[in-house]
Amino acid sequence: MRTIRLAVALFAVASTAFWAASAPAATPAEIQKGFEAAARSATPGFTGFSAQRGEQFFKSPHGNDWSCASCHTENPLGQGRHAKTGKTVAPLAPAANPQRFSDAATVEKWFRRNCNDVLARECTAQEKGDVLQYLTSLK
Amino acid sequence: MDNAMKRHAFDATVWLVALAMGLILIAQQAMAGSNAMPADNVRWKAECGSCHVAYPPHLLPAPAWNRIMAGLDKHFGTDASVDAQTTAEIKAFLDSHAGRDWRAWEATETLRITETAWFRRKHREISAATWKHPAVKGAPNCAACHTAAEQGDFRERNIRVPR
Repeated sequence: MRTIRLAVALFAVASTAFWAASAPAATPAEIQKGFEAAARSATPGFTGFSAQRGEQFFKSPHGNDWSCASCHTENPLGQGRHAKTGKTVAPLAPAANPQRFSDAATVEKWFRRNCNDVLARECTAQEKGDVLQYLTSLK
Repeated sequence: MDNAMKRHAFDATVWLVALAMGLILIAQQAMAGSNAMPADNVRWKAECGSCHVAYPPHLLPAPAWNRIMAGLDKHFGTDASVDAQTTAEIKAFLDSHAGRDWRAWEATETLRITETAWFRRKHREISAATWKHPAVKGAPNCAACHTAAEQGDFRERNIRVPR
């Protein structure tokens, strides 16, 4: 009896560790808090994020060939399509796709690369927060 | 056997089962990111398959892949860069599964699979109109016709050309 208990306990511990290691790291709200902290320290007159500003930013080509919407489409609740390769892109709005904005490192990577593609520069914390505000406002 | 022996046998069985389950858990975790499964790697699939189909490594030789991996920030017009550790892992995977035929490739040294002699030969029956079809968009979009491309399956039986 003691053996079974011990073996089950060991297995339970191993499973929990395994599960914890593969659990998602963040939520959109947590990631937004990170942007807010960064925006506050970067912008003296920070007044918060705006979904409307985020939507405009998202759909504007910013003087270049692509906008965020070029691949993520005008309706981020729906499926997107890569502007060059035609490959389908999963919906970006968290309401349509719970995988989105669930890992800070992934969010960081995609903003870094895609802002470089669209704007030829990094996006500021204000801009990222506005975009996330817009995306989480979609239901 | 007597009761003491039965008890020992039972204990031993329980421990063996628990150990086996634990080993399977560990092995699964280890195998997930390794080359144990043919021409598949979790990081490669995730990073190289997000904007286009993860092109099978054997379609280009190692020097081609090396050049691609060295210029990810200028990857055919976009920024596809990843961190150093991921770059190294993907590069190692591509190197070990790259195509062996360098000589054919050296004629053009192209980094585009769609411009290799092999690709042109395999797709010689596809009309220009098909390549321009809105559902296809172009040759890099394998999945437009190769319906199982996401699973690395390019067999004839799974081809459906849009009309």
